Amino acid sequence: MTATTVETAPPQGITAQGLRKAYGEKVVLDGIDLDVAPGTIFALLGPNGAGKTTTVQILSTLITADEGRALVAGRSLEHDADAVRSAIGVTGQFAAVDDLLTAEENMLLIADLLHLDRAEGRRRAAELLARFDLADVAKKSASAFSGGMRRKLDLAMTLVGDPDVIFLDEPTTGLDPRSRRTMWELIRDLVAGGTTIFLTTQYLEEADQLADRIAVLDGGRIVAEGTADELKRLIPGGHIRVCFNDIGQLEAAVDRLALSTVVRDDETLSLQVPSDGSIAALRSVLDVLEGAGIHAETLTVHTPDLDDVFLTLTGRDHTAHAPDAYSAAALNPALNPPLKPAENAARPPAKEARR
Amino acid sequence: MSADSYAVRDSMTMLRRNLKHARRYPSMTISVIAMPLLMLLLFVYVFGGALGGGIDIPGATGGGDRGDYTNYVTPGILLMAVTSAAISTAVSVCSDMTEGIINRFRTMAISRSSVLVGHVVGNVIRTLISLSLVIVVALAVGFRPDAGAVEWLAALGILVALAFALAWISAAMGLGSQSVETASNAPMPLTFLPFLGSAVVTPDTMPDGLRWFAEYQPFTPINETLRGLLLGTEIGNDAWISLAWLLGLSAVGYFWAKASFARTVKR
Repeated sequence: MTATTVETAPPQGITAQGLRKAYGEKVVLDGIDLDVAPGTIFALLGPNGAGKTTTVQILSTLITADEGRALVAGRSLEHDADAVRSAIGVTGQFAAVDDLLTAEENMLLIADLLHLDRAEGRRRAAELLARFDLADVAKKSASAFSGGMRRKLDLAMTLVGDPDVIFLDEPTTGLDPRSRRTMWELIRDLVAGGTTIFLTTQYLEEADQLADRIAVLDGGRIVAEGTADELKRLIPGGHIRVCFNDIGQLEAAVDRLALSTVVRDDETLSLQVPSDGSIAALRSVLDVLEGAGIHAETLTVHTPDLDDVFLTLTGRDHTAHAPDAYSAAALNPALNPPLKPAENAARPPAKEARR
Repeated sequence: MSADSYAVRDSMTMLRRNLKHARRYPSMTISVIAMPLLMLLLFVYVFGGALGGGIDIPGATGGGDRGDYTNYVTPGILLMAVTSAAISTAVSVCSDMTEGIINRFRTMAISRSSVLVGHVVGNVIRTLISLSLVIVVALAVGFRPDAGAVEWLAALGILVALAFALAWISAAMGLGSQSVETASNAPMPLTFLPFLGSAVVTPDTMPDGLRWFAEYQPFTPINETLRGLLLGTEIGNDAWISLAWLLGLSAVGYFWAKASFARTVKR
């Protein structure tokens, strides 16, 4: 690598074709293609074991793919791993900080390894520690830090080298909601500064909040890719859910609404009326009910979110209650149910799912 | 410019990191330094009187005493200081591998081997501290070498070369260990090897099989070379055999550790 080509080259993101990786019999990545535009946030979304971390490990030069090619920041993984390394930063799900050193020493260690001169290293370390609200604890040992502080220090260390491309492997897994929001802010600031971000997450909300484009990874394949809105359009639309006090009211409502697509649930005395989530659609349902003198107990409007996309595409059971349970779980990782790929899950072919 | 052109600079950075760790958490360093000192006192004061008269000490005329035995056993204790310190390399390498920071190093454009070089050189420095203490205490309890400056330097060179070789082997063992506990046990056999040689008694007092092992294992010629340099006993071919062993052990340790490091990526 030469410094001049690095500086004059236009910013480049990540492209990959046919990445494949197997450990023995177990295929972890089954040929994935990626195209991440520079200066954007790309989220790789998937359950545990989908191959997210393996993808990051390949793209960040930690392991090599069995097949496939990739360019990271315009440099070839295969032919110029060191050039890739000098352009990337990686923050993993297990904070990569040295516990026996202080926050400042951690920063200076990275500055030394980047071969910055001493004064420049100190300046950058102090600047980043201040930006990440860690200046007060700069002289404290990293082992005394909370999870959120460790993750911040980790990201600060990644930024010492001012990388073009940053890999964030589940950057908020295990963080409390407040620390998660802080991380999100930091990530948004980075991309505003022109950095390309490759994010993996199992939290749908996170991908929805941050990513310009999202790819859903399941069982080593990308089962869908697009913007959050595009993905939401891939699955059946939203609905209005109306609950009643007794079965008589429910039946009257079914008669009145007289739509074949109405889904009735006698057990919960509720109806699901398809809707695009607009006020007009809502009003028409209310008008019908009011016109017929039917008394409805409660009404909720459900717009499709990434949970629906995720659950549909990855073949998980999808019930009306699941999204609520999921958003609660997303806020509290301790509640997060383990997601396991279902056997024989019906998947749309990747080509069709893609835009 | 390739990452390797920074090999020395990166290794120095890693060495500073290693020494900082050792300074901040000195318990490991203290225990590896204390061990050979305790051995020295144990062998001189507990066994010295009996062993001095019981074994045929080269250079001692007739039945030796505690003083003769102190001279006999000190080179072996110096070897124990080296083996004892080597264990700490396996532990520090292994505990490093359980931390996420190693994967960070791997994704940076730095010299690949600098992480291990930092550990190995750090270990050699700790070994030198330990050796100096053993020598001071040995002199205090009656060790009377007749070596000049050149002999001392040569002896020190051999000890450093051994420390270097064992640190690489120990680093490889640390890389191969799943836990820090395993890592602290893996190099244990190394600490027994001086005992199964000429460190504390002459091999000719041992039963046949053991004597054969004692004569041909690497620590015996190294021990005899040290003894020759420090006390003026016959060295003979042992110097060359020692050099061959030291080169061989270093090469094996270095390539073993390097290959293990390339293989171990935390998943």
